Amino acid sequence: MWAFIKKEFYHIFRDYRSMVILFGMPVVQVLLFGFAITTDLKDAKIAILDQSKDVVTSELTQKIISSNYFLLVENLESENQIKPALQKGDIKQVIVFEPDFARKLEKEGNASVQFILDASEPNTASMLNAYATGIINSYSMQKMSSLSALPATIHVESKMLFNPGLRSVFMFVPGVITILLMLVSAMMTSISITRERELGTMEALLVSPAKPVQIIIGKVTPYVLLSFINLIVILLLANFVFGMPIQGSIPLLLAESVLFIIMSLALGILISTVSKTQQQAMLLSMFALLLPTILLSGFIFPVENMPVILQWLSHLMPSKWFIIIIKNIMLKGVGITYFWKETLIILFTTLFFIVMSIKKFKLRLE
Amino acid sequence: MNDSEHIIVVTDLVKKFGHFTANDKLNFSVRKGEIFGFLGANGAGKTTAIKILSGLSKPTSGKAVVAGFDVAGYPDKVKQNIGYMSQRFSMYDDMTVRENFRFYGGIYGLSKQEIKEKTAYYLEKLKMQEFEHMLLRQIPLGWKQKLAFSVANMHDPGVVFLDEPTGGVDPITRRQFWELIYESAEAGTTVFVTTHYMDEAEYCERVCIMAEGRIEAIGSPEELKKQYGVPTMNEVFIKIAR
Repeated sequence: MWAFIKKEFYHIFRDYRSMVILFGMPVVQVLLFGFAITTDLKDAKIAILDQSKDVVTSELTQKIISSNYFLLVENLESENQIKPALQKGDIKQVIVFEPDFARKLEKEGNASVQFILDASEPNTASMLNAYATGIINSYSMQKMSSLSALPATIHVESKMLFNPGLRSVFMFVPGVITILLMLVSAMMTSISITRERELGTMEALLVSPAKPVQIIIGKVTPYVLLSFINLIVILLLANFVFGMPIQGSIPLLLAESVLFIIMSLALGILISTVSKTQQQAMLLSMFALLLPTILLSGFIFPVENMPVILQWLSHLMPSKWFIIIIKNIMLKGVGITYFWKETLIILFTTLFFIVMSIKKFKLRLE
Repeated sequence: MNDSEHIIVVTDLVKKFGHFTANDKLNFSVRKGEIFGFLGANGAGKTTAIKILSGLSKPTSGKAVVAGFDVAGYPDKVKQNIGYMSQRFSMYDDMTVRENFRFYGGIYGLSKQEIKEKTAYYLEKLKMQEFEHMLLRQIPLGWKQKLAFSVANMHDPGVVFLDEPTGGVDPITRRQFWELIYESAEAGTTVFVTTHYMDEAEYCERVCIMAEGRIEAIGSPEELKKQYGVPTMNEVFIKIAR
């Protein structure tokens, strides 16, 4: 058995491509998701068309700019400058104050401000809209209460628990961990098993006295170790570079991850039994694992917003349950009592994959 | 004939895949130390028969005894006592010669000391000592095949199965390879070899020619040539396969 494990390590360390996939990918992915693909808004470029130029509008402008979300790059002079400004592309939002803003507000009790947004990026547009509306609402609240014009106002005070800064990296790290563990474990094992079959060395192993179980365990053990190292690297990066906390118990997090790794390995073996070539194994891993994991696991798109059929499909994604578990441990700091159901689901999936791949493996031998 | 002299005894061996009969009532036996050629066109059922003899697949009916063990009942014992090398099998390209020896020695349960001695012995015999720490991919195909043959012999099996061992190799290297085969047959190892090269069939002590799942002819090359009234094995083969 030891001989198999050692041999597998030779394969991994002597193939620089697999080394890059194994160790380069985690780091690049975490940094990419952490820095580049961020949904946080910072310094969105805006223009203001102030047709009133009074105390209130300049106060509002100040508030908007000082929020850190917006960066004023242009003061427009007339309405027909609005469209060209947005067409240039860098300006995402134009804020228009109507003429006589302060006077109307004082006399009639209401004045209007118009937002014109570049909705070619719908997400950014709706977020900018929400932020700007929030700023203006809070300003008018302040004004109202100081004037005490209205006897009963409802004051909303929200508190963002578990991720107070609304940092998107907190959302991505669990997803990245899931994808990487799954990809490394399933893709690497399925590729390495099909490679042996392609080269014909699998035949030589099968006619040897070594039992199929030994061959398989020898094959997957190195990947368990490497995936585990990967996990630690990602967690360290998340913690030290992005300040992502681990509120819950670390041993529990590691144990759950090992369970997930084993599941992915079993899936990898299953993939290898149905694919004839390395390319096929790679494509299968990509399409069967990577895309559904990204799209359906709730990693980027919230499951609740999907059509019912896709929601049902997403229940079949083991990665979805694992993301829930990691979020629970890392962000909420709760214990196994809160996600034993999810753990059980992964456990059963693991058993299912193992039984399936043993069956398939035997069939292939015949 | 006395069974103890035979290392392979096959009686009424049948293997079916659904309705397709890959091996139809094979009967033959191979003596200890014999070089036995197993010929046939592609799809004649050679690979199926080798898979059964090496314990990889179970016969549908009939019996095959290899190295004293029934393949259906004791596949593990059979596996421990045979060596195997196929055309595709040329060990691991990304490991050195020495590492390959160590790995295969390890899975056949040889001790560290034995592996060391065997490695030294075969490298010396092949005059390949300077290749010991080279990756296999840097070594020419012909040399690799000789190494693969040595690895298949490392645990002193009673019989070695060679499945088209010389595919893609130049004639000179093929000659050298056959010298190795003779040497180990003289040392008492039975060699069970399949090939498409009819000049190689002439080197065998006895050959068996398969067609459509049945054994069409069996005997020494001389006998077969006489029986079919042709001067070469090539013509014997063409007569039967057609």
